[in-house]
Amino acid sequence: MQDSAVAEFEMSEYWYINPGWEEKVEDFFARKREPEVVLELEIPGKDFNIAGKGSSEIKNLLKRLGVDSEILRRIAVAGYEAEINVAAHSQGGKMISNVYDNLIYMQFIDNGPGISNIQQAMIPGYSTADDLVRELGFGAGLGLPNIQKNSDALHISSGLNSPTIVEIIIFF
Amino acid sequence: MTLQDIVELLEAEVLYEGADLNREIPCAFASDLISDILMCTKEPTLLLTGLTNNQVIRLADMIDLIGIVFVRGKKPMQDVIDMAKERGLPLVATNMTLYRSSGILFNAGLRSCRI
Repeated sequence: MQDSAVAEFEMSEYWYINPGWEEKVEDFFARKREPEVVLELEIPGKDFNIAGKGSSEIKNLLKRLGVDSEILRRIAVAGYEAEINVAAHSQGGKMISNVYDNLIYMQFIDNGPGISNIQQAMIPGYSTADDLVRELGFGAGLGLPNIQKNSDALHISSGLNSPTIVEIIIFF
Repeated sequence: MTLQDIVELLEAEVLYEGADLNREIPCAFASDLISDILMCTKEPTLLLTGLTNNQVIRLADMIDLIGIVFVRGKKPMQDVIDMAKERGLPLVATNMTLYRSSGILFNAGLRSCRI
């Protein structure tokens, strides 16, 4: 049995890899290549004027680089949902987009308070959004499921009273 | 079906001058939840919604929206209309409910978007 005081601060993680892409994802993390472009953006908590701009910028950048439009939409939707999650549920954070020749690796790192049960947060329809957030049309409980649906790899690491780190890989 | 046909069917008001009402609308989606709307990643889609905040316009940066119909008599603020104008995204508003608007367009042959 674990001591409850220890368990409270325990980090948990969640992995999803699009079937068939396991080797490519493993290869990406193993090779540790330098990205060709890095874009870093602050996401203030509860600011829904700014949230979403980062994904919009990334989509425009990749469009100029000639990325396929269906893939662009997947990147934009996954990035947008992750940005909204940071704005809606955390005390703010940042979005780092690493662009490579064949993929984008997006990192969302917030300042807590963390997700106590990631498995539960992955269930479509489950939401902890407050009234302010719901009034704006968020809080459908589809944020993380939508990210997964559009990603080739998704890694979430979090815990109560800890930062949440969401990493997304989408191949071009 | 064009946006002009839709304006007539829904007795709608066009929210800014100069919007392209002649474009062909292949399909539609209706929801008041942002994440629901983001399921429409497959094809250009007309959106029917009661949401009027700026995030609805931002959705058009992510997915391919070809127009927005605001239902239940709701109208966005001017800054939101300006955002749509910048993007060339036509906006119309109807007093009909989401259910009624969707039903009328569906009966007129406008299909659901693929999700």
